[in-house]
Amino acid sequence: MKDALYLAWRYLAYHKVKTAILVTSITLIVFLPVGLRVLVSQSEEQLTARAAATPLLVGAKGSPLELALNSLYFEGDVPETMRYQEVTRIDTTGLALAIPLYVRFRAQNYPIVGTTLEYFAFRGLSIASGSNLTTLGDCVLGARVAEALGVGPGETVISSPESVFDIAGVYPLRMHIKGVLAFSDTPDDDAIFVDLKTAWVIEGLVHGHVDLSSPQAAGQVLRVDSTNVVGNAALVQYQEITPENIGEFHFHGGQQEYPITAVITVPPDLRSETILRGRYESPDDLAQIVQPTAVMDELLDTVLTVQTFVIAAVVVVGISTLATAILVFMLSLRLRRREIETMRKIGGSRASIGWVMVSEIVVVLVAGVVLATGLTVITSRFGSEAIRAVIF
Amino acid sequence: MISVEQLEFRYAEGDFFLRIPELSIDSGATVAFIGPSGSGKTTLLNLIAGISLPRAGRIVTKDVELTSLDDGTRRNFRIRNIGLVFQEFELLEYLTVLDNILLPYRINPSMRLDQAVRDRARQLAESVDISDKLNRYATKLSQGEKQRVAVCRALLPEPTLLLADEPTGNLDPNNKGRVLDILFDYAKRTGATLVTVTHDHELVSRFGRVVDFREFHGMAAAGRQDGRTAV
Repeated sequence: MKDALYLAWRYLAYHKVKTAILVTSITLIVFLPVGLRVLVSQSEEQLTARAAATPLLVGAKGSPLELALNSLYFEGDVPETMRYQEVTRIDTTGLALAIPLYVRFRAQNYPIVGTTLEYFAFRGLSIASGSNLTTLGDCVLGARVAEALGVGPGETVISSPESVFDIAGVYPLRMHIKGVLAFSDTPDDDAIFVDLKTAWVIEGLVHGHVDLSSPQAAGQVLRVDSTNVVGNAALVQYQEITPENIGEFHFHGGQQEYPITAVITVPPDLRSETILRGRYESPDDLAQIVQPTAVMDELLDTVLTVQTFVIAAVVVVGISTLATAILVFMLSLRLRRREIETMRKIGGSRASIGWVMVSEIVVVLVAGVVLATGLTVITSRFGSEAIRAVIF
Repeated sequence: MISVEQLEFRYAEGDFFLRIPELSIDSGATVAFIGPSGSGKTTLLNLIAGISLPRAGRIVTKDVELTSLDDGTRRNFRIRNIGLVFQEFELLEYLTVLDNILLPYRINPSMRLDQAVRDRARQLAESVDISDKLNRYATKLSQGEKQRVAVCRALLPEPTLLLADEPTGNLDPNNKGRVLDILFDYAKRTGATLVTVTHDHELVSRFGRVVDFREFHGMAAAGRQDGRTAV
């Protein structure tokens, strides 16, 4: 047996290309359906876990999937915004805890999540280093963001302008990193958290600049009337909030009118949940309330249907590949007739020669299965992140 | 040593027919089988080796009647007693020189591949000047070197009967003499019997006895014990 394996190994090692093709074929035949199944089941688990941990979401009417993906994973298109007064509306009912979210801006491709301190408690997030948000302009980084950017408490990150060509648009804001969250293996690891008001600063709705009524600002005044002082184009807004200039930041308009993308709604019991859902039933309501689990189940149904078709296709391709591999092996036996005859003449029995051939098949199969297992392990480790990136 | 009686052989296909009423070869003899292509020289070699079986008649090799043995027993007898050398060398391209020499031990579970065998293989390789090529693939060797490897493979189990089928057929004159020297030296040193099929009449003179197959083809004939010509 040992000698048969040795001879088989020598044969396969000598015919590297042929062996590589056969092993690759076997690997793919085994890996594709198994890997796909692992991938889908992992993604399913991850998607449903996050959704299950979020009882209800309130957002502007539109795509429930877009709302769920943006609010749970901070990915996908930004949904229609709604007014902050929706938070007040839920608070007033006393039926649920309302946690506002404003997920629209990014810093170096990482989503900036504007929210309140309740979010951290609700998600069970803890600070690994530094402290939590304290003042306007602070931010807390998810563990993977801090790792990828190589920054930590005491340093800064700058928000990205929505469009570099829009000179009148959103200014970049230099945010002070107050803390880094502990690793949670959730999309929170890939986000930058700021207070809701800081998100509005990024948008320019809350801003700061020199006092136009002061003598130093004379060159930046366009006109002065009885109630207003209007600045000219030379007026520069602050791009960093410091203890010196924080007093200059102010709201324009009422906070209730300011935009948010969603409200995570946490009712204490089923009764409250049912009543709250009933309040959003009206077709005239500009907001919708969705159950993330239901939205994700719908998405997964689609994924599972696709998976079934893909697996069916892979099985058909697998059978064809296997048939081709068998044909290659049979043809190779014909080509090796002389070699087999030599082994027989110098004393090899049918069984021992057969063992050599069988060992070749076994080595190829084992190598293919081992590689497929390795790929499956890698898939189970990194696959869910990859599919999330592809889907969202 | 070898005794053939009333032998009849025919392949399943074709009209080839070999009939040898009687032929005997003494132990330790050096015998050349000569004759035109298709006269049955290689066929008789295969019959003596127990690779093929006759339709009728008896073949006795080393006092063992091969025709009465089952396939496994015949094979075991061949492994332990007979060394085979082929015209086309029949080396496995995917094995190194050393692995080709050791091949009989790797494909026969009844033979144990131990350090002594490995040492013997190296000594044999050294004796035929290929010891520096043991780790090369057989395909990288010259024709003469390939045949020397094939001879080492045949000699490794220390056979008492050497059957060589045109061992010099693919070699240049220099290598022809060298390969035959190795075979004759072994036969002389160990007292083994050497039976060689050859078309090379220049080499025939080195053999103690010559069996001409022109007279066997479909006829009753046997080699004389005392002469150089077939009867």
